Amino acid sequence: MTTSLQKPKISIQKLTKYFGTKLVLHSVDLDVQPHEVVCLIGASGSGKSTLLRCINRLFPFDYGRILLDGEDIEGEEMEDNELRQRVGIVFQSYNLFPHMTVLDNITLAPRKVHGISRPEAEQQARELLEKFDMQEQAESYPDRLSGGQQQRVAIVRAMATNPDVLLLDEVTAALDPELIGGVLNIIRDLKNKGMTMVIVTHEMGFAQDVADRVCFLDQGRIVEEGDPKQLFTKPKHERTQQFLQRIIEAGRL
Amino acid sequence: METFETPPPPKVPTQREQIIPVLVSVISTGIFFILAGWFISSSEQWPVVQKQFFSLEAMRESFPDVARGFWLNIQIFFIAEIFITIFSLLLAIARSLKNPIATPIRFAAVLFIDAVRGVPALLLILLFGFGIPALRLPGFPSSALFWGTVALIISYSAYTSEVYRAGMEAVHNSQQAAARALGLTYWQTLRYAIIPQAVRNVLPALLNGAISLQKDVALLSVIGVREAVRASQIYTARTFNYSSLIVAAVLFLLASVPLARFTDRIAQQDQERRLQRTR
Repeated sequence: MTTSLQKPKISIQKLTKYFGTKLVLHSVDLDVQPHEVVCLIGASGSGKSTLLRCINRLFPFDYGRILLDGEDIEGEEMEDNELRQRVGIVFQSYNLFPHMTVLDNITLAPRKVHGISRPEAEQQARELLEKFDMQEQAESYPDRLSGGQQQRVAIVRAMATNPDVLLLDEVTAALDPELIGGVLNIIRDLKNKGMTMVIVTHEMGFAQDVADRVCFLDQGRIVEEGDPKQLFTKPKHERTQQFLQRIIEAGRL
Repeated sequence: METFETPPPPKVPTQREQIIPVLVSVISTGIFFILAGWFISSSEQWPVVQKQFFSLEAMRESFPDVARGFWLNIQIFFIAEIFITIFSLLLAIARSLKNPIATPIRFAAVLFIDAVRGVPALLLILLFGFGIPALRLPGFPSSALFWGTVALIISYSAYTSEVYRAGMEAVHNSQQAAARALGLTYWQTLRYAIIPQAVRNVLPALLNGAISLQKDVALLSVIGVREAVRASQIYTARTFNYSSLIVAAVLFLLASVPLARFTDRIAQQDQERRLQRTR
């Protein structure tokens, strides 16, 4: 069977979600192939972050389904902690635990959820930190680090459980412009290593550079998707054109 | 071309300038206490009161009994504080449970906290200290000391659990999201992410509660527990001299002032930590 080779990593089918009576995601269909990087763009409130959080079930959804390697994430065999081991997420505001050192932040899930011994977990964490040039910060507390360093730690923490998929939710939005570069380089690195990623971002230049495919969301729907070059230079849909026009006027592209 | 001269740094006050505010505060405080002392001792009844309350001889005589009583206060305080710290945290957790199946537990916790906070601690101690020993429950001690301490633990736990709850609610939701996203269970999230931060948030308030408890142990005197206040009352009843109460007051003061300073220091460290975080 050749089709199994083409099985998408994530398959989102007719996903619909309400917050109360407000429709935030409207029949969203999206397949993400293994090793593919998909960027979600769109105005605030268009549903990008919500879509991301549905993928690792931080938010419940109302209709439709999400398959991870062909397995329904709401199926009985899919435990929360297994799903979250396979799908890591990094948040806009880092959400590191302020009362733990960088090392403890990173090793918490491996030790407590996956039962890896402390020495082993710490060794893996140190190796990861070294890859991201953060080994000197292992013993620091998060509030001693710059925003850029904190966000890199958050990415390392999400990577510590060896996920197949990484979800990034506006990871540079809270950073000073001079710190953004370091974080984006890490993400580029991860892409080169074949990580499957879904990225919500306002950095259009970055999306253009790193994405295999860009999806433009508006009012809970994917209005347009395509190759970044095509979508950023020759958007077909009127809403996409307006959005990109505003971005260009704001000097963000 | 105009040249700019760098303005010099502000002048450091001389030693004399520094000492003046200190002198002023010392002198004004001294004048205040001299005036207050003169005013009180000018009262006609002062010699009588002085003999009744500030008799050095009576103080010396009552001191051993009062001090022995105070040692009991300290023991009760430490034992009660340990149980309060644990029990109130369990109450706070029970109250914050969200799973519908835990509704009876949550409901019981709310009922308990409301009921206990609605009754004066003194009344609770009277009821426990006199009522429960009368039941002669098999397997339980029937001393007023035991049940009075239990009443104190129950009363303080209700208040302290609300302090913990406030601390837990002050931990931002995003911390929970982060812990859940890492695959931690509800209990692991509480244990590793929420509670350690909650305790840090409310540590000064918890210590403040401990200072309050240290003195409320004296309430057990009403059910006949021979702690410091009871011991000094016994002396007073025998000699009609109240100086033993002053002895007890001084002992309480000596114990609580260091605790208060310690609390201040913890609160200050907490403040500094928060300031660093916002930088």
